[in-house]
Amino acid sequence: MDNTQTVDLQAIVRDSNVSEVLDQLDRELVGLAPVKRRIREIAAYLAVTRARKALGLEASPPSLHMCFTGNPGTGKTTVALRMAEILHRLGYVRKGHVVSVTRDDLVGQYIGHTAPKTKEVLKKAMGGVLFIDEAYYLYRPENERDYGQESIEILLQVMENNRDDLVVILAGYKNRMDTFFSSNPGMSSRIAHHIDFPDYSQPELLSIASKMVGAMNYRFDGDAEVAMGDYIERRLKQPNFANARSVRNALDRARLRQANRLFAGVGDGELNVTAQDLSTLVASDILASRVFDADTAAPP
Amino acid sequence: MMTNTNQRVTQGQFSFLPELTDAQITSQIEYALNKSWSIGIEYTDDPHPRNTYWEMFGNPMFDLKDAAGALMEINSARKTFPDHYIRVTAFDATRGVESPTMSYIVNRPAKEPGFGLVRQETEGRSVRYTIHSYATDKGEGERY
Repeated sequence: MDNTQTVDLQAIVRDSNVSEVLDQLDRELVGLAPVKRRIREIAAYLAVTRARKALGLEASPPSLHMCFTGNPGTGKTTVALRMAEILHRLGYVRKGHVVSVTRDDLVGQYIGHTAPKTKEVLKKAMGGVLFIDEAYYLYRPENERDYGQESIEILLQVMENNRDDLVVILAGYKNRMDTFFSSNPGMSSRIAHHIDFPDYSQPELLSIASKMVGAMNYRFDGDAEVAMGDYIERRLKQPNFANARSVRNALDRARLRQANRLFAGVGDGELNVTAQDLSTLVASDILASRVFDADTAAPP
Repeated sequence: MMTNTNQRVTQGQFSFLPELTDAQITSQIEYALNKSWSIGIEYTDDPHPRNTYWEMFGNPMFDLKDAAGALMEINSARKTFPDHYIRVTAFDATRGVESPTMSYIVNRPAKEPGFGLVRQETEGRSVRYTIHSYATDKGEGERY
């Protein structure tokens, strides 16, 4: 082995276009600094693995099964989709598609139903990423005859034997995933990357709201943006806050109110609406939310 | 169709070639998936060429993205039926086609006894001929 031999690490990164995906991730996803850092580390690690391979420094393929923990609406699914893309570009998975499943897709209803069901899903996920949302539901300690355990065993076996065929990403809330792992040590030890998704801060949520509005071809007028900031501030303190998902729901309701406002305007004799009217959300569309009535309960 | 000099059943594609390796099977499956054909796995222990009723091993694999999934199923079929014929078929679901487009054997019994010629004397001096698989003298499941 010639230790002076060189390999162009930059070329590997360039050829795989991975920096493009990473930049897109930076641009499109607000906040999530620890997550982005971890993804960059994984990307760098994969590039180095490829460089080592080019120089004949063989190593067993790295295990890339991951666990995403975090509160609802913190972007676990979105990041999983991007992850598949990154892994595909770096040549770690062959196809780069994501199969997103929950307990229902893996666990059967009667004896002998679970194994074929789980295998079916695994077959579809080969060459890509298997994303198991709310993975802790797979294990139900209160029912010892639950078939979830069988599904977990098959998953473990495939995660170990077909390591270069698919990447499994488990997702769920932090404390429940911790319980899940403590009762399934085999699962925990086969997952190399535990990534925790932090909650968003109010300014981050506001910039998420602006991005969402832009993506829906709407825009805030000046007052509406302030009102949205205020809305997020209040909503944050209420129960059942689901981060970006709550923001999206709030925007959906604001669009409803905007449509209603325009409709009512037509009744008052204003017959024509401009494209600008159709795409502008004003403060009153947001301020009409129940969040601003101090006494009433939070909207669902 | 029947037997060649190597005492092997030759049905479907590639049957005059040496056994396909897993890597070769993978690239054949990959070819089928690229054409969006669905992969099915079938097995039988009746090698007669007119036997079109092979049993399905599991469901046909629709919306499969990668050959590794099918290969996993092939290996599990081999484990379950080590002494049966196992073939892989590719089904083209395109409207108007709707038929298998590929079919090749991926597993066969270690010893294939082959076929004998059966003569049946009928009216007058005419003789009817047919072939008979020696394996099918035994009951289903005990043939190999």
